[in-house]
Amino acid sequence: MTGLPATLAALAAQVVPGSGTTGSATGCTITPARFTGLCTGTNTLHVPVEYRTILPLLVLAIGALALLVVSAVLPKRSRPGVYPLLTLLISAGAAGTAVWEWVDIGDHSPLLAIGHQILYDRFSVLFYLLISVATAFGALLADSYLQREGLDGVEPYVLMLLASTGAMLMVAAAGTIMLFLGLEIMSIALYVMTAYHRRRAASGEGGLKYFLLGSFSSAIFLYGAALAYGATGTTQFDEMASFLARNTILDSGVLLAGMALLIVGLGFKVAAVPFHTWSPDVYQGAPTPFTGYMAAVAKAAGFAGLLRVLLEGFGSEAANWRPAIWLMAVLTLAVGSVLAIVQRDVKRMLAYSSISQAGYVLIGLQADSARGTAGALFYLFTYTFIIAGSFAVVEVVQGQGEARNDIGALRGLARRKPWLGFCMLVFLLAQAGVPFTSGFLAKFSVIVAVVDRGQWYLAVIGMLAAAIAAFFYLRLGLLLYSTPTVDEATEPTDGTLTAGLEPIAGFDGPVPALSGGPGAAAATVPVALEAPADGRIEVPFTVGVTVVVCAVFTIVAGVSSPVLDFAKAATTLF
Amino acid sequence: MDFPLLTAIVFLPLVGAAIVALLPGARSPLARPLALVVAAAELALVGTMVAEFKTVAGFQFVSQHAWIGAYGISWKVGVDGISLFLVVITAVLFPVAMFGPRATGDQKQFFAWMLLLEAALVGTFLALDLFLFFVLFEITLVPGYFLISGYGGRRRNRAAIKFFLYTFAGSAFLFVAILALVALVAARTGGHESFDLITLARAAGRLPLADQEWIFAGMAAAFAVKMPVAPLHTWMPDAYTEAPTAGSMVLAGLLFKLGTYGILRFGVFLLPHAAIDLAPVLLTLGAVGIIYGAVVAAVQRDLKRLVAYGSLADVGFIVLGLFAFTGQAESGAVVEMVNHGLTTGALFFLVGAVLSRTGTLRISEMGGLQKAAPVLAAVMIAVIMAAVGLPGLNGFVGEFLVLVGTFITHRWWAVVGTTGVVLSAVYLLWAYQRVFQGPARGATETPVGAAAGTVVRDLTWREAAALAPLLAGIVFVGVYPRPLLDRITPSVDHLVAHVQASDPAFAIPAKGRTAHTYAVPADQQVDGPATTAGVQASTGSSASPSAAGAPTP
Repeated sequence: MTGLPATLAALAAQVVPGSGTTGSATGCTITPARFTGLCTGTNTLHVPVEYRTILPLLVLAIGALALLVVSAVLPKRSRPGVYPLLTLLISAGAAGTAVWEWVDIGDHSPLLAIGHQILYDRFSVLFYLLISVATAFGALLADSYLQREGLDGVEPYVLMLLASTGAMLMVAAAGTIMLFLGLEIMSIALYVMTAYHRRRAASGEGGLKYFLLGSFSSAIFLYGAALAYGATGTTQFDEMASFLARNTILDSGVLLAGMALLIVGLGFKVAAVPFHTWSPDVYQGAPTPFTGYMAAVAKAAGFAGLLRVLLEGFGSEAANWRPAIWLMAVLTLAVGSVLAIVQRDVKRMLAYSSISQAGYVLIGLQADSARGTAGALFYLFTYTFIIAGSFAVVEVVQGQGEARNDIGALRGLARRKPWLGFCMLVFLLAQAGVPFTSGFLAKFSVIVAVVDRGQWYLAVIGMLAAAIAAFFYLRLGLLLYSTPTVDEATEPTDGTLTAGLEPIAGFDGPVPALSGGPGAAAATVPVALEAPADGRIEVPFTVGVTVVVCAVFTIVAGVSSPVLDFAKAATTLF
Repeated sequence: MDFPLLTAIVFLPLVGAAIVALLPGARSPLARPLALVVAAAELALVGTMVAEFKTVAGFQFVSQHAWIGAYGISWKVGVDGISLFLVVITAVLFPVAMFGPRATGDQKQFFAWMLLLEAALVGTFLALDLFLFFVLFEITLVPGYFLISGYGGRRRNRAAIKFFLYTFAGSAFLFVAILALVALVAARTGGHESFDLITLARAAGRLPLADQEWIFAGMAAAFAVKMPVAPLHTWMPDAYTEAPTAGSMVLAGLLFKLGTYGILRFGVFLLPHAAIDLAPVLLTLGAVGIIYGAVVAAVQRDLKRLVAYGSLADVGFIVLGLFAFTGQAESGAVVEMVNHGLTTGALFFLVGAVLSRTGTLRISEMGGLQKAAPVLAAVMIAVIMAAVGLPGLNGFVGEFLVLVGTFITHRWWAVVGTTGVVLSAVYLLWAYQRVFQGPARGATETPVGAAAGTVVRDLTWREAAALAPLLAGIVFVGVYPRPLLDRITPSVDHLVAHVQASDPAFAIPAKGRTAHTYAVPADQQVDGPATTAGVQASTGSSASPSAAGAPTP
């Protein structure tokens, strides 16, 4: 521990730009802050590390380790709130450094840093910010959840910080190798987080499923990276692009196979149809705050990877990958929207809803333009707030042991807790894409991008899918504003409310073979549309703060344009 | 004077809604008076607007502020002869709907949703930016949805979801159509995107005709659902029947003007050539709607559903007028929109009054109501006569102009439309006969759910006071429509000239041409040389002191 200040001082000296020494004027400049391409051949042993380019990662990784040390020093369970507080501070630090980096890039220029492994541009920084924010929300929500469930401990916070580190590495990766490293760091932490609720069978089941399928997808991704390397001779996106620009590949089978496998591997992470089957089970099984975190971070990082690979690496192959992404987008929209309608479990429903939201990001990606990328970024950024807020509300209403995850638990929420109900309504309307919420501007920004490309059909399909999806958001909105008890006299439960609420074999509920526990039992229970018997809802302070912050952001980002401008500024590299 | 009158008109109900929604629970009895005060203030603002309105074509009181600059979206509002009286009828109908019917359920939320709906509606009528129009058009669904689902009848949830989803699905086409129009125009004019109505109108006519037609068809699909015209109307009877009385009044009286107004302002104005090409389709749908609505209305067993289907026939008339492209027919259609707000508002009010007395709306369970409630019956027959089109009342003016104007260019559609006038007399008078005349029986003697011996009350003072402005409007427009027509005609004539100019092949007999010439302000001269997107002296020729022409590029 004594060496730490000295290390930090050394680090600070390297972090501050311009503090390094400038080499001779022979064209080879070696400073900590600059590493020009001319030196590539001669400096393989002396790769300068520009720490400022990965500051948020460092903050999170060091923070995670520090948290472990703190937990070892502190007496066991002495201060339950200390870990989330520290996590919050660490993510705030990461967010702060991300903001500094945003300004720094504006002052200097984007950079290919640390031996060409890290892309230091505003695209990365926007995702750093997104991931930091999601981590902060995760910590806020996890605190009360873990206390309620008796699962207190430092481990989930450490895992969450490590997952965020991995996600940040993914978004900043300048090649498939670094992308894979980030993917694995993030995924392994997420597997454990999913299975963290020891006493819920669904949690363990979800974790196992996620782990098995996730491992396969990682392998597929790696195979894709290998094939792409075979076809282009490099793992670096920029070198791939220049190779493909300079050479005509006569027999493109290997290249296309590599590209396809990369898309599949990342498509799994973002839960795009047809690689989505894990996501409802995992979302349902994972502890609620981690579901919200996963929905935001894993998706964002996966999409960042897809954008990097396809737009930077295979930009010249757009004619080949755009139809594939087109198809994935349409399937994702259709399956996500339609299957969400028949869900009775709120978390499953949100899982399908988030699948259908991914379809819009795919639309933005598919546009293959700066505007489409800006739309995708804006979509992901605003969706982080929507989904964090939604799962915060779910966490409150589900009660101890996640006893009430059916949609009936939301019944009458707006009458029992008006502000909570209103915030949930805002999140639902935002996901449906109703104007004056960020969800509408997000849909607008991706749809406008494909309309610019003349793809009217895709635009119409996207908007019609929004109309289908609006059905289940409205149904939930209706429940929020209903009376807490079902009144048959004034409200016959004939059509709309129960329509499609019967379980559908193959789509609904966890697979019985794996889950002999609560999940299987729940699948046979008839629809419970009644609200919980005791109407009291205790909203922990941290959760309340999260909900309100998310709702305010959702409205503010929906009526004004600054966030949209930030997203636009983050696409300058493309 | 730089007071942004129109912006204030849009934001006043919005602020009122926020205040009402944030009232503490103990103060919720204050919601109603507070909402009424806001609505009255709104009416005063609108009255100011009417008083200062100049009888020229072109947009007045225009104000513009950049909103989402990256996409060329701005907050731009303005009013012309076409939207003027739609705003007026909105400002009149809302206080009536909030004052008249007895409201049940959560008062605070009800009035907050009503005020929000008023803000959105007024904003939609005033918007001169396509993006602004679209978002306001969509946002009207949210309060409408909660008014139906929270305060409606037995099957309200189903009706509310249907109401929302049908329009939402239709809007998908409108949305893509708007974006496509903007993108295509931007590609032609050098990459600068703009959602500004005037800017787009200047360039839209130069797009390839096929593109124009596709875009127009997309818009027409959305507006046809909203109007609604015959095959796309199935959400409408449910929504209007299940909504509470106040909700039906504003939904039927105002909300579906959005469809007819939208197609006129955005479809016809932006893409006149495509409108001419596709007019036969819409004229046919309108004519079908007139007959179909009237026939289906005649066989309804439920009084409220009958009125709802009657609206379908009225919309048919409006569509007929809109797509005849003569000065009279367009003016008639605009007048008919205003009329329909007055008449349908009053009809739904009276039906609500009948429901609150008898406890049922089944026509077969009622009879002889006029003995117990003579004043109610008298008002009812007056409103029915207005709806039927009796000369001297408002319905006649609109229908006459529409039919005369349509006859000039589309004779046989006008002939079909005329039979609709007869049919409307059939279903309305027949319903009146069964409910109000004859011996008292059924629910009229003993209201459903009431103790035996309960007598049916006549119109209360409050109800009479609420109805008075509507009746006054019905008579005034019928007897002396000139103030309306004077303000509507210049804008309409200009629009018709614009449409006729877009397609030289579209020959209109001399009678259909307008003899008047009006000074056309710079920002309406869509066929003239293109100037910058900024609004320059919106009411140049009239030099109105109150025009808020903010030149923000």
